[in-house]
Amino acid sequence: MPENNVKPSGAPYLRIERLTKQFGAFAALKDISLDIYPGEFVCFLGPSGCGKTTLLRAIAGLDIQTSGRIFQADKDISALPASGRDFGIVFQSYALFPNLTVAANVGYGLVSHGVPKVEIANRVVDLLRLVGMPESGRKYPAQLSGGQQQRVAVARALALSPGLLLLDEPLSALDARVRAYLRIEIRRLHQRLGVTTIMVTHDQEEALTMADRIVVMNQGVIEQVGTPTEVYRKPASAFVADFVGTTNFLPAVVVGPGRVRFGKIDLACELDIRPGPGHDVTLAIRPEDVVVRNVVATAANTFTVRIAAIEFLGSFCRVELSIDDAKPALLADFSINVVRDLAIAEGKEMPITLPPDRLRVFPRAPQEP
Amino acid sequence: MTSAAAPSAASYPATRRRLDRDDLLMRAGICLLIGWMLVTLVLPLWWLLSKSFQNQNGDFVGLANYVQYFSTPALFASVWNSLFIAFLSTAIVLPLAFVYAYALQRSRMRWRGLFQALALIPILAPSLLPAISLIYLFGNQGFLKGLMFGGTIYGPIGIVISQVFYCFPHALMILVASLSMADARLYEAADALGAYKTRVFFTVTLPGAKYGVISAGFVIFTLVITDFGIAKVIGGRFNVLATDIFKQVIGQQNFEMGAVVGFVLLLPAVFAFAADRIIQRRQVALLSARAVPLIPKPAPRRDWSLFAFCAVVGGLIFAILAMAAWASFVTRWPYNLALTLKNYAFGDFDTNGWDAYWNSVVMASWTAVIGTFVVFLGAYLLEKTRGFAWGRGVAQFMAMLPMAVPGLVIGLAYIFFFNAKGNPLGFIYATMIILVVNSVTHFYTVSHLTATAALKQLDAEFEAVSASLKVSLLRTMARVTVPICMPAVLDITIYLFVNAMTTVSAVIFLYSTNTKLAAVTIINMDESGFTAAAAAMAMAIVATSAAVKIAHVLLTRRLDRTTQAWRRR
Repeated sequence: MPENNVKPSGAPYLRIERLTKQFGAFAALKDISLDIYPGEFVCFLGPSGCGKTTLLRAIAGLDIQTSGRIFQADKDISALPASGRDFGIVFQSYALFPNLTVAANVGYGLVSHGVPKVEIANRVVDLLRLVGMPESGRKYPAQLSGGQQQRVAVARALALSPGLLLLDEPLSALDARVRAYLRIEIRRLHQRLGVTTIMVTHDQEEALTMADRIVVMNQGVIEQVGTPTEVYRKPASAFVADFVGTTNFLPAVVVGPGRVRFGKIDLACELDIRPGPGHDVTLAIRPEDVVVRNVVATAANTFTVRIAAIEFLGSFCRVELSIDDAKPALLADFSINVVRDLAIAEGKEMPITLPPDRLRVFPRAPQEP
Repeated sequence: MTSAAAPSAASYPATRRRLDRDDLLMRAGICLLIGWMLVTLVLPLWWLLSKSFQNQNGDFVGLANYVQYFSTPALFASVWNSLFIAFLSTAIVLPLAFVYAYALQRSRMRWRGLFQALALIPILAPSLLPAISLIYLFGNQGFLKGLMFGGTIYGPIGIVISQVFYCFPHALMILVASLSMADARLYEAADALGAYKTRVFFTVTLPGAKYGVISAGFVIFTLVITDFGIAKVIGGRFNVLATDIFKQVIGQQNFEMGAVVGFVLLLPAVFAFAADRIIQRRQVALLSARAVPLIPKPAPRRDWSLFAFCAVVGGLIFAILAMAAWASFVTRWPYNLALTLKNYAFGDFDTNGWDAYWNSVVMASWTAVIGTFVVFLGAYLLEKTRGFAWGRGVAQFMAMLPMAVPGLVIGLAYIFFFNAKGNPLGFIYATMIILVVNSVTHFYTVSHLTATAALKQLDAEFEAVSASLKVSLLRTMARVTVPICMPAVLDITIYLFVNAMTTVSAVIFLYSTNTKLAAVTIINMDESGFTAAAAAMAMAIVATSAAVKIAHVLLTRRLDRTTQAWRRR
């Protein structure tokens, strides 16, 4: 996980105010407000149809918002066409011009700006070197692999030194290995150039590894904005907890300040519970936060479970814990070490602890998990 | 963190995007396109329609002309004649072309390329050619006249046979295209389930080609009902709508009644067009991206049966072509069969002589050049303009309209419109310009669809990328869009050239003594009894179209090697 080396501070570079986008009766963006700071790498994360690409295209001026304002570097760009804005963009399809060579593609924007030929040639060489493809200038896009095409598209987007780099699912057309590699490459490139970057993705792993901040979106609204750690550790909603990573959801009822009841078990949780006693809530805990080592039977939130099933996943095991045979079973991730040391096996009964500071409590909406 | 602005009751007013130079240029372009369509199509049709409600003095008489038309049996009978010919021709061509296309696409029969090329030749010929051939074969002096058993080729029989020859390649192209795409996995599944061959044909093959068959049916129907040349040459006393218009306008100078017949002729064509569009809209892509192309396996019995079928059909096509070619070289049919070139000395048969031929070449060239430019640019504007929905909608509708309007009707409408008193564009009447404009309009829709299909294949984000790189769309069009679409652009050029070269119906009302065209001369010479010269002129047209078509194939091949190098890995 990248360090949070960019602290959101000072004046925002991009300021989005109350943006809405209607497609007929369908609201793709509902009153979105967001600030993005200079040099940040921000990911818009969400399932398909959540509005993340719509938001990106509104920022680019490709599909203008229905209402709302966008400021870039203190300039109101809300009504500007794409050609009047300052950004470079990489599409999922890359949209490389197939009949032009790699060098012509990268230099495409430079040629129209009256830059002398020699300078263009030098700049193209620099850009291709920057993305690690110094030898490919004479090739045509069709002669390149998907990963190489992607880099050419990045080089082309950077050619005019834009203040803002937009990446629309740039990695989703690639196979897993190349994707993992290019993730690091793009991140490195960003650190080197410091250009403010927004990437749209539906892949939580991509967002967690690459972003300074993640904007989690769902059904046209922002669910949470935060660093990868925040989003993962302290999901702001049940949706975020479910969409990012794996989470157990347990139905519970509030019984008092800082106390909820799950089945027959009373649990303490750190957070203030907004709804009063008697309200239905959803408890969330990540499988890796279930403690099984050094459990003291009298500690808070400790109870006995039965191992219902074990799924071997290489470096760890995902274990189904049955609590009084209630459904759903609780999932827990135990390292191979733990499994060996504690001789965890199907059918065995043992105490576990759900640490109060790792329990999240969300109000329960009817259709939520 | 988010600037979670305190939600206030008032939200921002709706954003209106400012337009950049490209937007303004493209919108202006669409307005120009609409203007062009108005002048070349909509207003002339409007004039035609209003003429049908007037008497000879130009007074409004309501439906009087229509009442007269429908109460005159001699006129009204043509409606049934036309429908009869159209249905019969469709019923004959459709199965023949389907089996032929099936043989080309789904068998391993020998000489598939040769059969395909042979069957497509009639496209290069004016519709008059098969009629002339049939006259030589079965006419009063035809050497196979005995086969008519006392019947006459002048009439419905001759018309239908000629139409079958003329429409066959048009239907074949559509059916070949619809049979060319097949998912081998469906056939493997059917095989694995133990389905009989006939069952596979009726449950997999036919449903897959359904829309192609329907489309081909409508195309044949429309071609037949709107064709003028064949009925003129071989129809004898058998009247159809197309010849009625001609008789009313040229023979009796009764323009108002001509307008009525024109309007009547417009109805079935519009109906066929609308029905086809509605049905095609239901079509969903049967082929997913993961489809496995079907490669037919050899099956000797099937292959040889299909070969026999194609040999017969292809043989007949060849015979009709060869007859016209032979007749054009014969000294005096059927008494002196010595070969000669004197039938090609057109000056001996028609005052315009070879000039008519050159007029045709010039007219077809201009149509090809101007038409390709207008059509491709128009399609580009309609595809790529952002916003401006009403303008694009109107222009799109107008671009589809010419398909539904028979050539004769456009021609007649042009007389009314451009000949009208006070029309500032009247100066183009009786010039080459009106012929070119008319041809561009008449063949607009098919070219437009070709261009649109090619443009739709391009990555939709090219324009977004150029906007982000601050490159004007005009430049991207010149550097990227047009080069990539070059094969389609050439297809359009050739389509326009060949059609302008062979058409009769659209131009029969519009030529003047200086701009008489080759295809029109064929009719004149045939009327004057110079059938051999008519055949010779038809062959001159075929030869020209064929030469251009061959040049096109060679050029495309070269283009593939040079400018389309990027298509290969």
